[in-house]
Amino acid sequence: MSARTRALLVAGLAMLALVVPFVFGPYRVGQFTLVLVYAVAVLGLNLLVGYSGQISLGHGAFFALGAYTAALLIEKASVPYLLTVPAAGVLCFAAGFLFGVPALRLRGLYLALVTLGLAIALPQLIKRFDGLTDGTQGLTVEQPTAPGWLPLEDDQFLYLLCLAIAAVMFLLAWNMMRGQLGRAVKAVRDGEIPASTLGVDLAAAKTRVFAVGAAYAGVAGALYVFAIGFVAPEAFTLTVSFAFLAAIVVGGLATISGALFGALFIEFVPVYASDVNVALTGVIYGSVLIAFMWVLPEGAAGLPRRLRELAARRRRGDDEPDTAVEGRLTQREGVA
Amino acid sequence: MRLNVRIAWVAVLAAVALALAACGRDDEEGGGDPGIDDDSIKLGGSYPFSGPASAYRSIAVGARAHFKSVNAEGGVDGRKIEFITLDDAYEPPRAVQNARRLIQQEEVFALFNTLGTPNNMAIWDFVNQQEVPHLYVATGASSWGADIEAHPWTTGWQPDYVTESQVYADFLKEEKPQAKVAVLYQNDAFGEDLLNGFRDAVEGTDIEIVAEESYEVTDPTVSSQMSKLASSDADTFLNITTPKFSAQAIAAQAKLGWKVLHILNNVGASKKLVLEPVGLENAQGIVSTSYFMDPEDPQWAEDPAMREYYDAMEKHEPRADPADPFHVYGWAVANTMVRALEGMEEPTREALMDSIRNMEEEIPILLPGIKVQMDSENDTYPIEAMQIMRFQGENWKLQGDVIQAPH
Repeated sequence: MSARTRALLVAGLAMLALVVPFVFGPYRVGQFTLVLVYAVAVLGLNLLVGYSGQISLGHGAFFALGAYTAALLIEKASVPYLLTVPAAGVLCFAAGFLFGVPALRLRGLYLALVTLGLAIALPQLIKRFDGLTDGTQGLTVEQPTAPGWLPLEDDQFLYLLCLAIAAVMFLLAWNMMRGQLGRAVKAVRDGEIPASTLGVDLAAAKTRVFAVGAAYAGVAGALYVFAIGFVAPEAFTLTVSFAFLAAIVVGGLATISGALFGALFIEFVPVYASDVNVALTGVIYGSVLIAFMWVLPEGAAGLPRRLRELAARRRRGDDEPDTAVEGRLTQREGVA
Repeated sequence: MRLNVRIAWVAVLAAVALALAACGRDDEEGGGDPGIDDDSIKLGGSYPFSGPASAYRSIAVGARAHFKSVNAEGGVDGRKIEFITLDDAYEPPRAVQNARRLIQQEEVFALFNTLGTPNNMAIWDFVNQQEVPHLYVATGASSWGADIEAHPWTTGWQPDYVTESQVYADFLKEEKPQAKVAVLYQNDAFGEDLLNGFRDAVEGTDIEIVAEESYEVTDPTVSSQMSKLASSDADTFLNITTPKFSAQAIAAQAKLGWKVLHILNNVGASKKLVLEPVGLENAQGIVSTSYFMDPEDPQWAEDPAMREYYDAMEKHEPRADPADPFHVYGWAVANTMVRALEGMEEPTREALMDSIRNMEEEIPILLPGIKVQMDSENDTYPIEAMQIMRFQGENWKLQGDVIQAPH
């Protein structure tokens, strides 16, 4: 994609995003706020899974850690809510780093299993520390309100706040994946031995990307608290980790823009599925997921490429796969 | 490239300008409260249609059957009741989302009977900030009547857990004044409310709590807790659990051969959901409490309220099993709601709260002698009486008289 189309696309997206809080009602705006929150978490997971090829099933645990960090800082220590965002990010970065050091020895499924353990254990841990976390009952957290000098409703303000933070996080990720870290982790993903012969420090690259992914989840967790105003252990079950994983695949592995689409998917599809039939929510959600993978195996971010491929095939009027395009398909691009 | 970037910036700035220009989101408040007009009243509730507590979904079904039968007869003062239910899987964060959706998107007149203590705790502040009636919540936490200064829009309905635990304490004082009690409880606000209520009620008596074990609502089983309790020297077992765990506890008790007086809290005392699956032979002699008619008790078979209930269930919810007492619960709470709506002086949320807070009604399907009664600030708990029942043979048998709890 040329720089020009990309710039236009980003501008168009920004325009749409800015109009959202002024055309929808408060409940819808709340939903879009959650989309932004999930997008940040999904982006973090995508850095890890998509770009560096490590599978984590426990991203929800860092999301929970960030959320509880923000909730406790706001409710128990009266910290201004904006400061809780970097606090949650830094704490989760540290946690991710510490967790990443032993996890380095593990690859593929083994790492997946260890992170799965983390995601299973965390909600129980939150309940055990009920002196601090209020256990199963959860914590009600006062939500940020629009400052008086802004002509905005609270839900609009909240949305724009999350939008600003999400934009910064997206820009950072884009920058990071174009730079030294991005090249290093992509090299690790595509082959550890070749990467190390090229001078990539495998351990450092993996740990750093794991910690960065965790920090993204932490920031998203803090934003989640702003958006919902309530945390409870039930909010952070395994389902959350799996939803994030589904989102990166639906959105497109190793793409920055895919995170946004994946977030839209995990926020809206379950709600509509339960509107169709409350008893069949799981079945409908699952079927949509399967159908989606069948139609768009590369995720939403792969749509333009898939369209181009189909157009090219039609122009040449044959059904033989275009080897050049196929070749490009197997090679995952940095940014869609 | 530089030109493109400039174009992009211009576009973004244009968007901001456009957005800010459109800033004044119009509030089309045209007098009167939302969710009510001359033909309809919109009520909304959040229930666990899926997840570990999905047995409670029957409450929504029973309530819907009652509203449908009222609608079939012309509604309340000509207004048909529209009852919107959403699934929260018993997860508080989803209840928060549902409450937002019901109030801001569906624009309901009132939230009715949203289920679960933690779920209602999660939406308590928000709903009161929005000044939307938050009525007859399906939980027995004592909080709902304890803090009406800060939460004037919220009310409970069923006897609260403190009332219930007082009734058990009264029963034990009569039946077993030296009881040594082992307690299994759900580790959340519901379990603690009942346990603390019981502890307060037996203070200063010879009844003693000798063992306590808790479980999480997400736990797969309570068998290890039951083994520990059975190895204590207790002669009475107080079972504070939700249906899935009530059944597990009864099964474990039978398997361990632990023969003690078993007091099972009201939420777990469903014959269909709890006792039948574990075998009625294991349920003999269990003691519990009730405040509404058991649909399977032959004593009420000819009662007009029970017959109306059976007819309406068959007509409006033919796929539901009318013998499930949760359906009766839903029916009774919906019946109370209809009385409250009938008592409104004008179609506003304020008037609805007035009607609810000053009510004295006998709801036909509640046990004879039990009333729904509130008196503005003096009495903020709607139902405060219960009757002891004991499982014998095929059914629960009511014992003694209705016990009015001293609140």
